Amino acid sequence: MPSETTLVEVSRRPALGIDPRILWGIGLALLIAPLFMAESYRLFQLTLAGIYAIAILGLNIITGYNGQISLGHGAFYAVGAYVAAIMMDKLGLPYWTTLPSAAVICGLVGYGIGFPALRLGGLYLALTTFSLAVAVPQILKYKGIEDWTGGVQGVLVFKPDPPFGLPISADQYLYLLTVVLALGVFLLVRNLMASRIGRAIMAIRDHGLAAEAMGMDAAKLKTSTFAVSAGITGLAGALSAIAIEFVSPDSFQVSLSITLFVGMVVGGVASIIGPVFGGLFVVFVPNLAEEVSKAAPGVIYGIILIVFLFVLPGGVAGLLRRLATWLKRQS
Amino acid sequence: MNGFLHQVIAGIATGGIYASVALALVMIYQATHHVNFAQGEMATFSTYIALTLVQSGMPFWVAFLATVAISFCIGVVIERVLMRPMDKASVLTHVGLFIGLVLVVSNLTGWVFDYTVKPFPTPFYDGPLLGGLVTGHELGSTAVTLVVLGMVFLFFRYTRLGLAMRAAAFNPASARLVGVRVGWMLALGWGLAAAIGAIAGIMVAPVVFLEPNMMLGILLYAFAGALLGGIDNPGGAVIGGFAVGIIENLGGTYIVGTELKLTLALFIIIGVLLVKPAGLFGRVVLSRV
Amino acid sequence: MLNRRTLLAAGAAALAGPLAAPRIGQAADLTGVTADEIKIGSIFPYSGPASAYGVIGRLQQVFFKAINDAGGFQGRKLNYITYDDGYQPPKAVEQARRLVDQDKVSFLFNTLGTPSNTAIQRYMNQRKVPHLFLATGADKWANPREYPWTIGYQPSYRTEAQIFAKFMLEADRNAKLGILYQNDDFGKDYIAGVRDVLGPRFDTLVKTASYEVTDATIDSQVVQLQSLGCNALLTAATPKFAAQTIRKVFDIGWRPKQHFLTDVSISVGAVMNPAGPEKGVGIITAQYLKEPTDPTWQADPGMNEWRAWMQRHMPDADQTDGNFVYSYGVAKCMMQVLTQCNGDFSRENIMKQATSLNGVVIPSLINGITVGTSASNYHPIRTMQLAKWDGKTWERFGGLIQGAG
Repeated sequence: MPSETTLVEVSRRPALGIDPRILWGIGLALLIAPLFMAESYRLFQLTLAGIYAIAILGLNIITGYNGQISLGHGAFYAVGAYVAAIMMDKLGLPYWTTLPSAAVICGLVGYGIGFPALRLGGLYLALTTFSLAVAVPQILKYKGIEDWTGGVQGVLVFKPDPPFGLPISADQYLYLLTVVLALGVFLLVRNLMASRIGRAIMAIRDHGLAAEAMGMDAAKLKTSTFAVSAGITGLAGALSAIAIEFVSPDSFQVSLSITLFVGMVVGGVASIIGPVFGGLFVVFVPNLAEEVSKAAPGVIYGIILIVFLFVLPGGVAGLLRRLATWLKRQS
Repeated sequence: MNGFLHQVIAGIATGGIYASVALALVMIYQATHHVNFAQGEMATFSTYIALTLVQSGMPFWVAFLATVAISFCIGVVIERVLMRPMDKASVLTHVGLFIGLVLVVSNLTGWVFDYTVKPFPTPFYDGPLLGGLVTGHELGSTAVTLVVLGMVFLFFRYTRLGLAMRAAAFNPASARLVGVRVGWMLALGWGLAAAIGAIAGIMVAPVVFLEPNMMLGILLYAFAGALLGGIDNPGGAVIGGFAVGIIENLGGTYIVGTELKLTLALFIIIGVLLVKPAGLFGRVVLSRV
Repeated sequence: MLNRRTLLAAGAAALAGPLAAPRIGQAADLTGVTADEIKIGSIFPYSGPASAYGVIGRLQQVFFKAINDAGGFQGRKLNYITYDDGYQPPKAVEQARRLVDQDKVSFLFNTLGTPSNTAIQRYMNQRKVPHLFLATGADKWANPREYPWTIGYQPSYRTEAQIFAKFMLEADRNAKLGILYQNDDFGKDYIAGVRDVLGPRFDTLVKTASYEVTDATIDSQVVQLQSLGCNALLTAATPKFAAQTIRKVFDIGWRPKQHFLTDVSISVGAVMNPAGPEKGVGIITAQYLKEPTDPTWQADPGMNEWRAWMQRHMPDADQTDGNFVYSYGVAKCMMQVLTQCNGDFSRENIMKQATSLNGVVIPSLINGITVGTSASNYHPIRTMQLAKWDGKTWERFGGLIQGAG
């Protein structure tokens, strides 16, 4: 799979000639600021963007870093959301127990599906995952499990109140929770990708045969990567169920998988920071498209997407990378 | 038993729809080594063009040929304007572009031609035959699919142009060295795929009725059919399309019930692919280091 | 968790009281209302697979603009804000919050789709924002005890199915009914309605077959129901699939004694003519709206009003599309509520007036069918009339039938 990033580029952090601590500080300030400045609706949108960013990061691990195209990550997002909803509504468990459970269950499901599916490469894997995404709403509606999933009616859940009597609203708490979880997941993935395993994951993408010749068990590694990827997307799904307070088969149509894929490409393939921009894109740009034309918002959204990819074929992360190189050359 | 026979025949009729679209997918894959997700939406758009021409008083087959020609041009233009400047970008960016194309074309169709369901005329006998087992149109459109299949087969197998196109897709660098104009071959491939898609749309519309999302589900089944038969084999893809139609009906009626019909069909196909990764009739491509 | 839920349920029940008679002295919620304008919010699928319904919102944009251009309503501008949810529940939640939290609309009106409205219903009730005349035929909107701020509009699918089932039994005690339904809440409401009437006999008398919106054809399902020996058929399908069903049933030579068709799919232009008008002869449906192509409404004052309005404000629109008739009617109903408010546009009073409609005549409803609501009746329209397809048009027969709901 041809890709913009090579091994070396990814494992090196962009040195902008600025103290990384200052960058961290700016980043954290940007994350915290909306908590006090944004209205509740904007905060809710940012929460959604953060949730999508986590889901897109999950997709990026298998598709961006490992080179295995998945067009069906919406399926894991759906499973994660339903795990959370069922645990909260049917089993009466507190919300925080659902997050790790969703991640683990989706990881297992991912492993089970990845084991056979990853034997098929390229196009075939794309179709397999895509059909999974198509089949999921149908399976969720199935009458055999209706008692748990609520069938076509779905399940309503409640969003949590802030713990320890924190003097913030439920919306603010949810945003904070999303940011903290996202930070954790992003750091985890960054460290994973910088590690020996991460390099192996990318080696399989860039030179599969060579990687196997060097003694890597490509099949096993791909399947494990798929499991991690599915687990992270499932975590995002669980978080989404809590934020939206509702799950139903109609919430997880094929278009969701497409949305995640678009977010990944727009943010930047095989990038840690890219999914953040991808998440912002998929939440805010459709609304922008609607402002332009109420008659055909879909046309405008499609045109924005195409133009965006024309201008930035490497996504936002590609632009940042070029910017960093340019800055270094200047100094 | 009568019910069983009916299900098989209904499956063949529906399978014919999948087969005709699968053929367009094979065409573009042979010519560009891509699978165009916007194929279905483009075909629907072409079908609306055909309807507009027919309604303006043009005889059916004249409108048919005109639509095929117009669709060919649209395909070429899309390749030149949209894909050509991006040929250095990664596969994932290409998929992103296809998604953008799907959004634009499908919403544009609804915007221009509106969303109400429209009947589409058939050039064949419009009524039931064989005691209601099939309609005249289903027989006619199956014949058209087979004719197109024959033409595609002969084109790739026996014409210099067809050979050059396959070479351009399979190994662009070598093809260029032996004098094949790779860029134009890709454009031609897009054009031909769009043309075949238009034929498929015109043959499908009288059965399922014309509306902007006509191809939404069909494309997935066609995709499955093409992979089942072998995406590099036009004949295999057509057989695959028919097979998917039959599997879907029998599975839905006798095994899991209609609620899980789609799910079952997809799982069977994936199962087959695990045993025969290149599809039932596909060639196994060996890659050398 | 459980504690909190029971607490909320209790709160909701307590709410139903004050709603019927707002306590005097309570601060009225005048959000979205100023001296010059009233902000109205709505959500429709302008993009995505359900875009066909976007025309309902499009008409309403023109409708409220026309009122404003003519000087507004009682001196106020009606600021109609409508957003796209693409028929996706999570997007509907986002847009509802945008309308309520950011745009600060006074109320939501005619939001479309059962899944989308289910997703926002509890939020609207927690915020105590009127959630009026939803564009969906689900039965569950009439639940004033739990959701006093949400009210539907059209007769529910379930009511319609009950009417069909009763009619069928009257003609044939032992009919074997096949139900072909879309596998979602719309289709399943028809099964629920038939079950209401048949009770324990449901399992022996009824066979069902479902389809998904992604299916190419419904041929397999039709053949299946026929070979199971059904002699009556209920088709709960959207227009494209309904047209396919009518044609396939005819083509395979199946002549069910009775064929019932959901009123969602009775458009002459989009269903009956595409299927082949002669193939549907004898099909029975239940109507509450005037069908725009029905010749008996040619000189009807209500439909003349609608046609004149369309001619003047949306001359390019397709006048055979029943969605425009629907949209115009529900907008008129909304205006009736605002008129009844008598200058008090607090959320409490708007909700009170929306649930105090008494025999309101709407030009688009079949003559004799009126809109009626009360604090305990959240089913604004519950009357329908049966109609039979004669090859050219829907011929209404029998009297008006009141649903059970």
